[in-house]
Amino acid sequence: MKATVHVKLKRDVLDPQGKAIQRACAALGYDAVRDIRQDKLFEVELDAHDETAARALLDELCQKLLANPVIEDYRVVAVEA
Amino acid sequence: MFAVVQFPGSNDDRDMRFALERVLGVPSRLVWHKDAALPSDAKAVLLPGGFSYGDYLRCGAMARFSPIMADVRRFADAGGRVLGTCNGFQVLCEAGLLPGALLRNRGLHFICDDVHLRVERADTPFTQRAEPGAVLRIPIKHGEGAYFAPPPLLAALEQNRQVVLRYCGPDGAVDEASNPNGSAANIAGIVNERGNVIGLMPHPEHAVEPLIGGVDGRVILGSLVDAVRGSASA
Repeated sequence: MKATVHVKLKRDVLDPQGKAIQRACAALGYDAVRDIRQDKLFEVELDAHDETAARALLDELCQKLLANPVIEDYRVVAVEA
Repeated sequence: MFAVVQFPGSNDDRDMRFALERVLGVPSRLVWHKDAALPSDAKAVLLPGGFSYGDYLRCGAMARFSPIMADVRRFADAGGRVLGTCNGFQVLCEAGLLPGALLRNRGLHFICDDVHLRVERADTPFTQRAEPGAVLRIPIKHGEGAYFAPPPLLAALEQNRQVVLRYCGPDGAVDEASNPNGSAANIAGIVNERGNVIGLMPHPEHAVEPLIGGVDGRVILGSLVDAVRGSASA
């Protein structure tokens, strides 16, 4: 199965990279860009019987490794066969 | 014997050994991250700075799962003294042996500079050679050193007196101007609740010889040596 996992810094955690990118946008004249947050997207290929099993495994994986729950939130965006 | 854990990508392991052996006169040994157990005569464990596993995923996130870390956890749970500097601090946070996390520096730059640190607690095994409120000058060199803890955790750290070192000015004033990396409450070093595990971003092992800019690092590492000698032979 293929899955996509989105890991992002919690809203109250400063993201200096996103800030720098937003400033670069402004420097290029894109004043319409008000804020940018830089996140992580994992594309995972895994063996699982069904979507429920896959999501359970991914949830465990996020808690243990892919995300640091102190500073990051995660979401399994998509699971497809 | 002081055990210095070597991860792939550690780069302050030998500096740490130099400080321990040549400056402070205590025996030490490198312990490879794939080892299943610490040497049985280890009296303290040091997690050095560097870029373990290339800082992949998050700093310290991979090293946390090195085989040796299970025994480091057992050692800490049994009350053994563990000191992590820089990447070692990041590993301790990722491993859950210390609370909070280290984020990208506020200004994005990698910072290599001397900083001043106020000793908030002189009653830990890592600071007992200092007077409370003493100001130490020790270098930092990191890109991800901004200490973060959510507000309730930060309040608990203050209440439990777990903040041991804070970035400050030369006069000891803790203010925004002396915060090099955007750390919450100018935190440079914390201990666990029990007080036997410390993590700090500054590098005491790089401040042990007058020739290279100062000896204040001896206060930290020397305190640990004293603490170990006080409870058993090193």
